[in-house]
Amino acid sequence: MSTAVAQDGFILGSLARVGRTAIFLLKVLAQCGRVLGRPSLVVNQIYNAGGRSLVIIMLSGLFTGMVLALLGFTLLQRFGSEDALGFAAALALLKELGPVLTALLFAGRAGTALTSEIGLMRATDQLTAMQMMAVDPLRYVVAPRFLGGVISMPLLNAVYCMVGLFGAHLVGVRMMRIDNGSFWSQMQSAVALRDVTEGIVKSLAFGFICSLIAVYEGYHSEPTAEGVGLATTRTVVASSVLTLLLDYMLTAAFL
Amino acid sequence: MTDSNTAPVADPVGAGDVVVDVRDAHYSVGGREIFSGLSLHAMKGQITAVMGPSGTGKTTLLRLITAQIHAQTGQVMVFGENLAELNRGQLFALRRRMGMLFQNSALLTDINVFENVAFPLREHTDLPESLIRNLVLTRLNAVGLRGAAALMPAELSGGMARRVALARAVVMDPELLIYDEPFVGLDPIARGVIMRLVQQLNQALGITSIIVSHDVRELAKIAHRSYLMAAGKIVAEGTPEELAASQSPIVRQFMSGDPDGPSPFHYPARDLANQLLSDPPTKARLPVPGARP
Repeated sequence: MSTAVAQDGFILGSLARVGRTAIFLLKVLAQCGRVLGRPSLVVNQIYNAGGRSLVIIMLSGLFTGMVLALLGFTLLQRFGSEDALGFAAALALLKELGPVLTALLFAGRAGTALTSEIGLMRATDQLTAMQMMAVDPLRYVVAPRFLGGVISMPLLNAVYCMVGLFGAHLVGVRMMRIDNGSFWSQMQSAVALRDVTEGIVKSLAFGFICSLIAVYEGYHSEPTAEGVGLATTRTVVASSVLTLLLDYMLTAAFL
Repeated sequence: MTDSNTAPVADPVGAGDVVVDVRDAHYSVGGREIFSGLSLHAMKGQITAVMGPSGTGKTTLLRLITAQIHAQTGQVMVFGENLAELNRGQLFALRRRMGMLFQNSALLTDINVFENVAFPLREHTDLPESLIRNLVLTRLNAVGLRGAAALMPAELSGGMARRVALARAVVMDPELLIYDEPFVGLDPIARGVIMRLVQQLNQALGITSIIVSHDVRELAKIAHRSYLMAAGKIVAEGTPEELAASQSPIVRQFMSGDPDGPSPFHYPARDLANQLLSDPPTKARLPVPGARP
């Protein structure tokens, strides 16, 4: 009995949370048009969310590409198809690993920064001060950060894939001595525009969901040190889980 | 002076001169009553002080006056407008006529001092950059921090941050200025500077001011009218001299800082000796915050 009640409570609580997030999203979207009229606000946030994540994205992309090439080479060698390594690495990076790992890294680096920044602004009365100055924090604080995150994600994904391919090339061509021409030509002939589009759509969707969760959690965090910490944790957990769930749904949709 | 227990605040005479009028406000959170029939008013061009022991809801009163929260019953009128009836646009229009100095300054930490003061101007006006610069530097000069214009908020001391926040609060020439504990945590010099600024703003610009504080001595020097809050309502009001001469036990206790009196110093708890002797020595059960003993 008590388990059933607890389950009902959990379901109702979750639904209420989804509803609150949807209303919050509508309010943020309503401010986005006005924010685009002041591009400097958004550009600053693209730098904060995207520019400052570049190092971790590039490093991760490089190592992912290298590991991918090592494993791919070992596997393909068994079938005598080492030349297809470029094609295999490109498909894996463009369609799956690039968008997903970029989103997970984004949630861990930029998402937590967004949540804690907005949460601390709440805790130190900065958001209240804005409201007292008749300035809507959704317009000045939340919408630019949301847009900055959404725009940053595909750009970071592109960098991730590019560096990942460089890593795969480094291992496949320089170390494993696969023919350079085969590496690129196989990739060029087998990767279609649809594959690139899939990666772009995924990264846009992940950017949307990760940025929304980050700004929502920050804006609604308890104005205490513990509250901001908990909100930051929720950002990482929710972003990661929803990214993987959404990835499955989008992959299925693109089949 | 009047004790509100014997003479509740009536509708103020000369309503045109009343900037803030709180009538019989009730407000409770989580079953705890913060205000139980609170009434007060602030007259145009005057400095009104709201005093009271910690935890009596002084800051909550400011949140009520600025419509961050709404009274569950009763009325809060500011500039003749009932705050409960305003929509978001009307409320923001009303807030443009107010300035507020927060207890923790609440400066925007990602922009420097100059931009903090310029923030309301940039958001609400289309003034040319040269004029914004002049206005900001003039306000910063008034609080003695023109030289700190390029500093970031993290580089300021508490007193400096409070002065920058004051410059920001007055940059739009508000008609009503609200101060939340403006003297807390300041050294005597900064405290004196802030006090002089409050007084100058009132005298030179005729700004109506509401100051929430428990610094009896500071407020006595600058306030035209003082209210004493306790147990969710106004228990006494009058000029600082009248409050100082009051024989009301709670006023006497607050003005002289006595721990014993109508306003208890201790949060309700059972007998100390009883608790010390009855609890297990190895696992002390500390009271849970907010829980009734």
